[in-house]
Amino acid sequence: MGGDSKYLGLWYVAPYVIGLLLFTAFPFVASFYLSFTDYDLLSKPEWTGLDNYKKLFTRDRTFDKSLKVTLTYVFMTVPLKLAFALFIAVILNYRLRAIGLFRTAFYVPSILGGSIAIAVLWRYIFADTGLVNMMLEGLGFEAVNWFGDPENALFTISLLRCWQFGSAMVIFLAALQSVDKSLYEAASIDGANKWQLFRYITLPLITPVIFFNLIMQTVQAFQEFNGPYIITEGGPLKSTYLLPLYIYDKAFKSFDMGYASAIAWVLFVIIMVLTSIAFWSSKKWVYYAGDKRS
Amino acid sequence: MTAIPQISADTLANMEKQRRRARVSSTFRYSLLIIVGLIMVYPLVWMFGASFKTNAEIFSSPSFWPKEPTVQGYIDGWQTSTPYTFAKFFGNSMLIIIPKMIGTAISCTLVAYGFARFDFPFKKIIFSTVIATLLLPNVVTRIPQYLLFRDIGWLDSFLPLWVPSALAGDAFFVFMLIQFLRAIPRDMEEAARVDGANTLQTLIYIVVPMLMPALISVCLFQFMWTMNDFLGPLIYLSSVENYPISLALKLSIDTTEAFAWNQILAMSCLALAPSLFVFFMAQKYFIEGISTGGVKG
Repeated sequence: MGGDSKYLGLWYVAPYVIGLLLFTAFPFVASFYLSFTDYDLLSKPEWTGLDNYKKLFTRDRTFDKSLKVTLTYVFMTVPLKLAFALFIAVILNYRLRAIGLFRTAFYVPSILGGSIAIAVLWRYIFADTGLVNMMLEGLGFEAVNWFGDPENALFTISLLRCWQFGSAMVIFLAALQSVDKSLYEAASIDGANKWQLFRYITLPLITPVIFFNLIMQTVQAFQEFNGPYIITEGGPLKSTYLLPLYIYDKAFKSFDMGYASAIAWVLFVIIMVLTSIAFWSSKKWVYYAGDKRS
Repeated sequence: MTAIPQISADTLANMEKQRRRARVSSTFRYSLLIIVGLIMVYPLVWMFGASFKTNAEIFSSPSFWPKEPTVQGYIDGWQTSTPYTFAKFFGNSMLIIIPKMIGTAISCTLVAYGFARFDFPFKKIIFSTVIATLLLPNVVTRIPQYLLFRDIGWLDSFLPLWVPSALAGDAFFVFMLIQFLRAIPRDMEEAARVDGANTLQTLIYIVVPMLMPALISVCLFQFMWTMNDFLGPLIYLSSVENYPISLALKLSIDTTEAFAWNQILAMSCLALAPSLFVFFMAQKYFIEGISTGGVKG
């Protein structure tokens, strides 16, 4: 708007800039610094160079385990959740009656899913004599040791995240509904079957949303805390001891701030590398309609 | 002449076949959706039912219907094992949520307006930090944030839980409002400026009313996420008198789970009630918000 000072806009974004510097930029730099120190809150941080990282990668068996568990969790949960969200969104996208009702039913768990109450519920329904096992036995199957067995525990935790597929689904559904219907008609006349319609029209057109969901879900899955903290407390045998739990324990139970920062940075770098790979590869598979590319 | 009726008979048969196939597949779709819907919702229904069960019954039947309904779980659970009742913890949650919601709404509106309607030095760089923050995992900033709040003496208070948000710290909301503002035509704002309104007046009287649906979405999401937030309070709050619901629930698990599952389920239901209520009151804002900005969760 013409006559205003060119700094006027800066005044409006000033709260953000202050918040950014204080609560994001400064902590970001500080945590990098802390990761090279030994800091127990009582005395000043003591520079130890690469010691924390050396210890992490050579002597810390807990870190090895935790890293493995985290990667397994993310690579198991994210594809499962997204595939399921897309599958249900595709079905909902047929002109069905009561679409609103279904959408609500599928979405409610995403709203509540992160809460402690739901983690509590998860403990109860997957307990040895919990709801799921009672149902399995009622149907003539054997009860499963969902949390007690290190083989199963991580899977049970990741089910909790998959149960919250609703928010990804709503985003998929919005994208599906915006696909131009005339494309389908044209392709049908040319003799394309339903699978081909999906594979060659729908899927390419919604790749931007797949990409968005993939990035967001991956970043979040790496930071899962509530589920394993409440449900299994990282156990049994550390089979659900995700890195955020390890960081929390190191920082706020042992007050080993330097070491905890180093773990956080390793986690951060892993997330960044994976996101960068996704961004880099997106040029090859994400479709942007002509002028929308920006 | 003779060929034509034959073709249409074929076509008719074909159409009939297609219609039948359509009916079969739509039956299949509905059944699938209903089954998935039940799987999604039954745990919640079961939880609600089980909160009225006696302790002995909770782990004895998969049915959600209590045989001898009792509200004992609610009565005992409400008292908690602390000197406070759950009312205190609900109150604490509100003392965090309300300033956080108001602060978020105001700061994010100002910032989004700044980005969407003005050119200023370093705009590109500053805006790129919004996107970067969107993707930045909190885990990497959490420890120094804690140290910062410790040094300024904010530990065991609600301030660390809402002040960052009141400075537009939730990049997601800023981003969502910018997207929304970009889609609103500027004619009305320009007219107001011509009539002599300054930018702040234009914002308050012209932009904010149009932005209302998006602002409601922002407040609702902030409400839900803050209700669900556990790690923040866990790190910053140490005395029980400051506990919000999430921590109080964890505390009651630690102290009473060995013997009183119905209390815990009852309090879990109460803990979910505000979010559910808000969600059903304002469903359409959620769906709209999520589709314009994309969302975490």
